Amino acid sequence: MILQTLAFYLFAFVAVASGVMVIVARNPVHSVLFLILAFFNSAGLFVLIGAEFLAMLLVVVYVGAVAVLFLFVVMMLDIDFIRLREGFMRYLPVGAMIGLVLLAELAVVVGGHFVAPEFGGFVSAGPVTADATNTEAIGLLIYTDYVFIFQAAGLVLLVAMVGAIVLTARRREGVKRQKVSDQNARRPEESVEVVKVPTGSGV
Amino acid sequence: MTGIGLGHYLTVAAILFTLGLFGIFVNRKNVIVILMSIELMLLAVNINLVAFSAHSNDVTGQIFAMFVLTVAAAEAAIGLAILVVYHRNRGSIEVEDINMMKG
Repeated sequence: MILQTLAFYLFAFVAVASGVMVIVARNPVHSVLFLILAFFNSAGLFVLIGAEFLAMLLVVVYVGAVAVLFLFVVMMLDIDFIRLREGFMRYLPVGAMIGLVLLAELAVVVGGHFVAPEFGGFVSAGPVTADATNTEAIGLLIYTDYVFIFQAAGLVLLVAMVGAIVLTARRREGVKRQKVSDQNARRPEESVEVVKVPTGSGV
Repeated sequence: MTGIGLGHYLTVAAILFTLGLFGIFVNRKNVIVILMSIELMLLAVNINLVAFSAHSNDVTGQIFAMFVLTVAAAEAAIGLAILVVYHRNRGSIEVEDINMMKG
């Protein structure tokens, strides 16, 4: 139990600290790397709570896809990041105020669980049925009760993929590119010419 | 303090959510950091869902967290695509320059 508590505080502290660094880091590449750290630590929190499948999904989807996408875009765009930092100090007061208000509200909500601890504490951190692992339990639910939402999620991803490709694909002018249809449409009679060359003279 | 309860997880999620909101307000110029702040907020939502799922001993919360993850991935892809197109057209990603569609 003590080891679990220690692990929780370690993961929680690193996640929150890297969350702070995401916001205040001067270089957006560092921001992305701290975002990855935050995701990893949140995955650790998920493992502690017994949601192993979601933890692995977080690592695969967020760290493997989303964060790397961010990294690609940050490095691909040629942006003057120093100029983007200019408004930082100007917006700090209003941002801090709104953040504090929201934090206070959330503290009131969360504080109730410390005031009335009978609602806190996990009934049992783990699978629903004793003989099914976390992944099995999720699979049993997702392919039965939530199968349509699952399909809809797949559609959302498909639309997102098509949208991203349509948005970013472009035809550049002045670039010689292979046109396979034109190549296939060529016939021998229009591309080959037979010339009778008399001996001793040129064409 | 024995054991980690629901409140601990909710606290972490609340702090992360607030950080995400704070990041949106502080980095008013940099769209990339704003998108990353949105990802932080969605992560906080996921932590909340999973914490309540474990608390009530019901896997449904984790399935919803999965769907939130899906939407977050789609949103990141579309958002970054728009960002790339915008940077190609205007040569800048400052939020204050994004005013072509004033209605």
